[in-house]
Amino acid sequence: MDAKRSVGASPIKIDGPSLVTGQSVYADDIQLPGLLYGKILHSPFAHARIEEINTAKAEKLHGVALVLDHRSVPRKAYTTAGQGYPEPSPYDNFIFDHTVRFIGDRVAVVFADSLEEAEEGLSLIEVRYHELPAVFDPAEARRPGAPRVHEEPEIQGAFDPARNLVTHLDLEIGAVEEALALAPVRVKGTWSTPFYQHVPMETHITLSWLDERGRLVLRTSTQVPFHVRRILSRILDLPLWKIRVIKPRIGGGFGGKQEVLLEDLCALATLRTGRPARIELTREEEFVSSRLMHPMDVRVRLGAGRDGILQVLEMEILSNTGAYGTHGATIFFNAGSKTLPLYNKAEHVRFAGDVVYTNLPVPGAYRGYGATEGYFALECAMDELAGRLGLDPLELRRRNHIRSGESSPIFRKLGEGREGVPQIIASCGLEECIELGRRAIGWDEKRSRPRQVGSHTFRGLGMGIFMQGSAIPLVDMAAATMRMNEDGSFQLFIGATDIGTGSDTILAQIAAEVLSVPLERFVVTSSDTDLTPFDKGAYASSTTFLSGEAVRKCALALGEKILAVAAVLLSEPTEELLLVEGVARSTATGKQVTLEEIGMRCFYLAGQQQLEASASHVSEVSPPPFSAHFAEVEVDTETGCIKPLRYVAAVDCGQPIHPGQARGQIIGALVNGLGFALSEELRFSPRGAALNPNFFDYKIPTSLDLPEIETIFVHTEEPSGPFGAKSVGEICINGPMPVIANAVYDAVGIQLKRAPFTPESVLRLLGKL
Amino acid sequence: MLLDFVLNGIETSWSVHPGESLFEALRRHGRLEVKGNNCGNGECGACTVLLEGVPIPSCALLAGRAAGKRVETVSSLGTLEHLHPLQQAFLEHSAVQCGYCVPGILLSMKALLARESTPSREKIAIALSGHLCRCTGYLQQIEAVEALGSSHPSAAETNAANCQDREGDTDGR
Repeated sequence: MDAKRSVGASPIKIDGPSLVTGQSVYADDIQLPGLLYGKILHSPFAHARIEEINTAKAEKLHGVALVLDHRSVPRKAYTTAGQGYPEPSPYDNFIFDHTVRFIGDRVAVVFADSLEEAEEGLSLIEVRYHELPAVFDPAEARRPGAPRVHEEPEIQGAFDPARNLVTHLDLEIGAVEEALALAPVRVKGTWSTPFYQHVPMETHITLSWLDERGRLVLRTSTQVPFHVRRILSRILDLPLWKIRVIKPRIGGGFGGKQEVLLEDLCALATLRTGRPARIELTREEEFVSSRLMHPMDVRVRLGAGRDGILQVLEMEILSNTGAYGTHGATIFFNAGSKTLPLYNKAEHVRFAGDVVYTNLPVPGAYRGYGATEGYFALECAMDELAGRLGLDPLELRRRNHIRSGESSPIFRKLGEGREGVPQIIASCGLEECIELGRRAIGWDEKRSRPRQVGSHTFRGLGMGIFMQGSAIPLVDMAAATMRMNEDGSFQLFIGATDIGTGSDTILAQIAAEVLSVPLERFVVTSSDTDLTPFDKGAYASSTTFLSGEAVRKCALALGEKILAVAAVLLSEPTEELLLVEGVARSTATGKQVTLEEIGMRCFYLAGQQQLEASASHVSEVSPPPFSAHFAEVEVDTETGCIKPLRYVAAVDCGQPIHPGQARGQIIGALVNGLGFALSEELRFSPRGAALNPNFFDYKIPTSLDLPEIETIFVHTEEPSGPFGAKSVGEICINGPMPVIANAVYDAVGIQLKRAPFTPESVLRLLGKL
Repeated sequence: MLLDFVLNGIETSWSVHPGESLFEALRRHGRLEVKGNNCGNGECGACTVLLEGVPIPSCALLAGRAAGKRVETVSSLGTLEHLHPLQQAFLEHSAVQCGYCVPGILLSMKALLARESTPSREKIAIALSGHLCRCTGYLQQIEAVEALGSSHPSAAETNAANCQDREGDTDGR
């Protein structure tokens, strides 16, 4: 690779020095005079009507400035999901409601001069609840006569609230039952996942104040600043232009911050008191009252010929969306749309299921977005099928996976809670991912050696293949604006939301590459609704792919304008000019002029103008990245412990723009996935109270839990992405659950169908408990 | 009550509340380089500082316990213009994503390198294990420290030199 190129190099992140030196970059790192501290009162009941609420004592408490509850805020149904308009999530949420629907639901908020006074204020609020019957099991929730979670007349966009159904779908291509009856080899099973939490190191936090014109400013830990502005404008009945949302540096998101959770309360406090306000969730609140991952039961049935070619593929899902339906429909759709096209040989395909309300805390977007739960089932079922066929699991995948030039009817049938967009795969490095991963893990040698390595230890090897998408086609838009300064440096303005992923750097690399100038000449301003153009935000694996293409188009347009000025200065035709390493040069005569000379002329001397450009991008396709994962595990049949020894992830994300950060996305996602597989689960008491909302009892992986990890890039060239890039942020979180389960199956022959795979569950399946 | 201690090499005297954690005292006095205030009982490690050179989560230590002791925050490492080798190594290895856990981690790594100039991967992983990081999966952080250990035989000396530089920087505050 050319040493001068920006794309494909791994420069130090442009925000890196500020992060490692502890600069004041996060939401909470500013000090606002007269700040009000907010604390939220949470429901102690899983389902109750608020009969009476008395806030008089709290309001009289010294230091308390404002108390809000359902009587004192606008009542307008909305969704907290930070999605494009119109949101495909039901409007089933109010700022405060007279009904509470889970333990941890909002009841009231107190704003005071100090956190201590706010907390004391909370303790003085008297609430009389009328407890209502609650339902926790999603299978029970959809039965006739089950307690109804949403009875409010304002609810919109849920499939059938009377039956607790947010979504119901039954989509069939071909004739699944008939084909299954005829299929020579069949497999079926149900795989289940529990409630997981994102566990960003920075919990949700919002600060708000009024600017000098009396406009509302929010500095908030969000993945979706522009959606926050739009949603707040509607629910607060405030003109959109009177709201400014600033996303500073964010301490991790993973989907949990694709939500509007605190901004409405801070906004109300600031608007009503004129004072700055702040709410920060505690770790316990983050676990219980922010967002989780949808627990799903995923039933898969497969039918195949003796030749190992899939004939039937069926996935049926029961998804628990807790008390509110945010992201419920779209995540369910994605569980199918991001998995089923992978095996496009099957002629008979069915995708069906229900997304169901219960009186439990609320799942929302989580990295992987449903594909994770879908792949756990699908890739475990594929290994079982391989066993029935007597085929190497790797060979079964080879015979069935999608390839470039191919399509799947699922792309058109399943979209974001509605029909999708047809597409033909333009780039697919899956064959090479499988091959390189096979060699790296030592598949052939290790699969043929004895599994027992000690008196009660066994080793096994598992694998799986995966795809995701890149952005939501024909839905989401990203835009960029660039200006050239008179010294030949550039201002890059992007709505794109860097939540630690490095997108500020990656997008500047793309601009630097197009204009052939060094990265350090770019000043990046991102995610400020007053300053930057629109961007949908950080979700759906879209920033590099979608925002990157907007930046590329913008830089190309600006480059043309620069060359037009250079043509005048050099008296050379524009078509013969190129931007090369900070100068505009004629390919015919070699004459050149520096960007600084061009800039000074444009600002001060002749033909005066601001050289600038804007571009927007919407994609017509969502090209999937592909990946093959391999794991070697050791199972101790005395203790039930599973120890992952080695993990290989071979990834086709097109051309990685910043390989160092892309590798970080791969490792970070798969270590999070190892937590899903082995140790994480938020558990609940019979009355719906979270039992382990803290780090001692909810175990995310530490540095001591890592297997030996190897990452491999398989380079392909995606024509619809900037410089051939596809996404990489989500795909690898899908791997560990099925891959570890398959490795354990190989080691000791037990099928783990419920995550996490605790020692207890292993011993139970071994018949030792 | 009055807390007299040495913060990043400077004799410091602060009024602190009884029962206030060192973390709360640091943030209240504007030491915003100390991040992470939301587990509140030493579980995540983000708010780690060095107390007499030993890493400790500042949220789990009463401010008063720092009396007469040396406390170091990440500001005792490098500056924006002159990064400490550890900070540089973390950036070069793409070991920083959101960065929220990083100031605490860097201090634990500094303490590790002061004890041992070329720590093994296992030692690095053990020193990291008091810190939770959800973004990176730790591997690039381990690689960064490992590379630093092997390329800087006397990392401890570099650290000490850098601390002295910082004393000069902060004198005027």
